[in-house]
Parts: sequence; C-alpha cells; structure tokens
Amino acid sequence: MARLRSWLLAIGQWFGLRLRRPEYGNGFRRPRSSISWAYVFGSGAFVLLLVEFVTGVCLALVYSPSAETAWQSLLNLNYQVPFGWYLRALHFWGSNFLIILLIFHLIQVFVLGSYKYPRELTWIIGVLLLLLTLGMALSGEVLRFDQESYWDLVIGFTLAGRAPLIGPFLVHFLMGGPIIAGATLMRMYLMHVLLVPAAIVVLTALHLLLVYRLGISEWPMPGRVVRRETYLTNYRTVLDREGEPLIPNGLRKDMIFAMLTVVALIVTAAIMGPKGPNGPPNPSIIRTRPHPDFFFLWVEALMGLLPSWLDTPFGLVVLPILVVGLIALPLISPVGERAILRRPLSLVVATVMVTVLIVTTWLGTYDPWSQEMDAWSGTPTPVEYLKGRTPLEIQGAILIQAKQCRNCHSLGGAGGMRGPALDTTATRLTRNELIRQILQGGGNMPAYGKALKPAEVAAIVAFLATMHPPNEPPAHNSAQPAIPPATGG
Amino acid sequence: MSDSSETTCEDSYVGPHTSRRGFLLRARNLLNVLLLSAFPLPIVGDLLAPLRRKAFLKWVSLGPASAFPENQTRLAVYKNPFRQPTDGVTADIPCWVRRLTGDSFQVFSDNCSHLGCPVRWFPQSELFMCPCHGGTFHADGSRGSGPPPRGLYVYPFKVESGELWINAGEMPLMTLPRP
Repeated sequence: MARLRSWLLAIGQWFGLRLRRPEYGNGFRRPRSSISWAYVFGSGAFVLLLVEFVTGVCLALVYSPSAETAWQSLLNLNYQVPFGWYLRALHFWGSNFLIILLIFHLIQVFVLGSYKYPRELTWIIGVLLLLLTLGMALSGEVLRFDQESYWDLVIGFTLAGRAPLIGPFLVHFLMGGPIIAGATLMRMYLMHVLLVPAAIVVLTALHLLLVYRLGISEWPMPGRVVRRETYLTNYRTVLDREGEPLIPNGLRKDMIFAMLTVVALIVTAAIMGPKGPNGPPNPSIIRTRPHPDFFFLWVEALMGLLPSWLDTPFGLVVLPILVVGLIALPLISPVGERAILRRPLSLVVATVMVTVLIVTTWLGTYDPWSQEMDAWSGTPTPVEYLKGRTPLEIQGAILIQAKQCRNCHSLGGAGGMRGPALDTTATRLTRNELIRQILQGGGNMPAYGKALKPAEVAAIVAFLATMHPPNEPPAHNSAQPAIPPATGG
Repeated sequence: MSDSSETTCEDSYVGPHTSRRGFLLRARNLLNVLLLSAFPLPIVGDLLAPLRRKAFLKWVSLGPASAFPENQTRLAVYKNPFRQPTDGVTADIPCWVRRLTGDSFQVFSDNCSHLGCPVRWFPQSELFMCPCHGGTFHADGSRGSGPPPRGLYVYPFKVESGELWINAGEMPLMTLPRP
C-alpha cells in the first residue's frame, strides 16, 4: 500500500512538474536561438487546424449524414451552394496541408531532440494529436460518401477483421451492423464531427499549455547534454541571457510562415478544387478502383508489395509496435545529447522511416502492383510490333489483347505493370519456358492452361518469340544451340 | 432518544448498533449505486448491439435460375436483407453467379479475399481479376495468383421452384468460415 502510494505520488509529481506555473518573470519568453525557420511548423499546423474547424462547421450546415442523401448533398455543395465547392476544397486541401505540417513538426522535434526532459508529455500528446488527425482524415474520407470511400471502408474493415479473436466483433461494431450501410456512415460522422474533434480540442489545449509552461526548447548544441538535475536551471539562465518576448520578435517567423501556408492553401484550393465525389456509393458498380487519400497510400503500397503472408503481421503487430514506440520515445530516451549528429541511431532510424514513407507514398501514386483493368481493350498493340509478322504471330498479338494479358503486362510502355513488360520477353525466356509459364503460371501469374487452346498458346508463343531487339538474339537453351552459327563473320 | 441525538451522522454508519437513520442512509446509497449503474446499461447495450453475434444470414432470391445461362458467369445484384430505410444505394450488393449445368451453381462474393476489393470477371481469360493488388481467381473461385490467401467466398445456394436463392447478408470477411 505504501509502495503504491509512493508510486502514485511519483506519477503525480511527474505531471505536476510539467504542468506547474511558469517562472518567467515578465511574460512569456523564448530563447533567441529558437526563433528559427525550423520551429515554425507547430504554429502553422495550429492555424490550419482553425481553418479546418471553421470550414468544417460551414460544411456541416449543408452535409446530410445519411447513406441515402450524403452523396447528393455533396453534389449540392459542389454545384448549388454558393462557394460550397470552395469550402470543400479548402477543407480537403487544408487537411492534406495539416498532415504534412504535422509530419514536418514531428520530424523537427525529433531531429532537434526537443522531446527530451522536461518536454516528454508534450511529445506524447503531440503524437496522439497526429494519430487523431489521421483518424479525422480517414473518417473524413468516408464522409465523402462515394465509390472510393465505400471500397476504402471495405479494405479497412477487411484488414481489421483479420485481428485474432476480436476481428469480426470489432468490424461489426465499427460497421454498426453486418455490412457497410447507413449505420456505418453515421458512426463515421459522429467520430468526425463530435468525438475526435472534442479530443483534438482538449489535447491541443493541453499541448499549448505545456508549451507555455515548459517553454520552447533552445537550439541544440553538441555536447550540451540534457540532465534532469541541471536542465531547468540552465534553461532559465538561457532565458535570462537571451530570452525574447513572444511579441513581436518571438512570433515573427511563425506569423510569416503561417501566412504563407494559408496563402498556399487558398491558391491550391482555388486551382485544384474539391476532391470528388466520384460515383455514388453503390457496391454493385464494380467498375471501380479503390484508392486511399494520399496519407494512407503507403499502407496500400505495403499491402501490395509485402508478401501476402506478411500482410496481417505487418498490420496487426509491426504497425502497432511502431506507433507505441513513437508515443513512448521520450520515455525511452528522456535525457542525453540533443544534437542529431550525436544521436546516430536516431538519425538512422528516422532516415529509414522517412525514406520508406516517401518511397511507398510515391509508389502508391501509380500503384505498379495493380492490374490495369481496361488495358486489354483500351491500349492497342504498338504498330511496329506487328510489321512484317507472320499471320500466326499476328494472331498471337491479337490473343494477347483478347485474353487480358495487357492488364498485367505492358507493351511499348503502356499497360499494366504487375507483370514484366513483354517488349523483350524473348531475350529472357525460350519457347519452352514461355509455354510452361503460360500454361502453369507462377510468380504472380495465374495458370492459363484451362483458358487457352493449344493452338492459341502456339500463336501467343510465336508472337512473344519475336519480342527481342533486332541487335539482341532471343534466349535459347544452351544445351541445344538453336541459333545457326553466323556466316561470313 | 437522548443518546442517539448525541451521536453524529458519521457514527451511525459504523459500530455494532445501527440507528434507523443510518440504515436508511445506507439503503439510499445502495439504491443510488444501483440506479447509477443501471442508467448507462441501455447506452452500452445500444453501442454494443452490433456485437451480438447472431448470424446475419437470410435467404435472398436472385431471380429465376433461367436468367443465368449454363457455363457462364454473370453479375447479379440483390438487396441487403438487413437493410434500413436510409441505406440508399449501399443496399445493392453484387455477387457473381456461375451456372455450370442444370441446377449446379456457384455464387461468389465479389470481395477479393485479400482486402475486399471488387473482383471483375473476364470471360475471355476465364479469370476474376482484382483491381487493387493484382490478385486473380479462376472460374471456380479458387485462388489464381497474387496476394489473396485463399479463394473467393462462396455463398450457400438453393434452387426452389425455378428461383435461385443464396444465404447472404453479412460482409464476407477473411475470418469467417468458408462454407
């Protein structure tokens, strides 16, 4: 009991130290070294949050959160309500800008080591705010109740449904029934306009309060180590010697940056317009291509690129561990060096994570792992591949179109990228290997044995065997040299 | 009487001799606790209502079986049997109906078994192709290639007086047993 009480006391003191009244003397001041362009992202994000709240309230005046009428109310906003399209554009692009700024803010605080003692709680709340904002982005995408958001919901629920034991229960709870319907939209609406915003308001207030009480961190210097015993005294000395009042100097760069951000948002929203809605959320319209908004493209990319047996462990084990690790970071390393060059492990981990995020997001914008469902009928065979070909070879070229090969394989740079391009296939596979691959499939290719007659296979192979550059011979079985020796050379 | 007037309110809670006032106070507190704990029950019940795992399955008609030609696979759309008045177009659920011969059918969910994207049937190559991560399925619903861990979900079906019925209503999730 005594031990429990001492623990509780210690926890209370931990929070008390961070939320105590500040002792700054006259007004809030920040170290002069912190008035830097590297420190402007947090305040910029705050301004965007205000923009999101204002535009969100305006949109909620018109939006109808019913599966029957949501889509129509979006069209109404786009085409009837004065400036409705612009409010939607501001809200959509504002959320994109906000998430980008939050990520910049996170990277900034990480690189500068500002999350260390005594600002651990500020970081933890900040990461929670980032997660909540991503939740807003996700539920907001659902409120744009169109084909895309319907199928994004399906993907999200299918992934959640894989959680062991609780999966189906969790999905039923989130869907509000056995299948995506009006109740699902209502739940997402409630999250988007009430529950999550309330949490964001409370946590943002706490975040700002902590910034006010603990002060803004000074620029890190190599060798200036954070110690629990000395940091606060040192910080106060820094403030005394080179503290700047917040107004006017302390906020100058923040104001300029926030202004530029808002101008960029206004211009982007005016030029790009609102996103969607595309087709109505009718699941029986199956000619559709689900795509998440850009902040979740990396998830889509990893789902497409990871071997399928790693999908579930990644989504349900690795991802939660990464998130918990991110939240708990200041508890893992609360003291020590702040300069990034003196934190090599942090530097490597951060670089790898940022690189993976950027590359997977970029890949997600053109998803090479997807089939292009209309390539077989919409992308013709390049004419130069047909010149001077025998009838059998031309028949093969026709079959390659008709049998949907182009959905995965490109010719002349057009078509799906799921499988290898067929332009130089003959330099990689011999005729026998081509036949085997077509009949039995393998790699990521389904077996076509049942769908093709032998004559059709012969025609396709005849065409593919011509797919080599003029100056490069086709592949051949080295045990049986098929190419006649060159004469005269 | 004079004794009890001297004891304070707090004293009456404890001790071997409980006064009438003490007993009533305790009874009131107990009642309050009961009421307070009963109050949120309907709220919790309402929130957790979707968790009650009764089977959300009903027999739905897909129309006359003769509408599906033999040896072909066609898209059919049924109304979600558990739809609410405000569900709008989200109640139109598609499925792929493959008629082999006679009354022998296979009815597939259009949700890819990887992440649920809508698969599309291509009769020329006899494949279902998924637009998301490159999964394919053969004509009989078995896994063809790509990331799907198994074949398409197959609805239980029956043919009664010339009409094709399937047992449907629930989003086919990976974790559900495959009938």
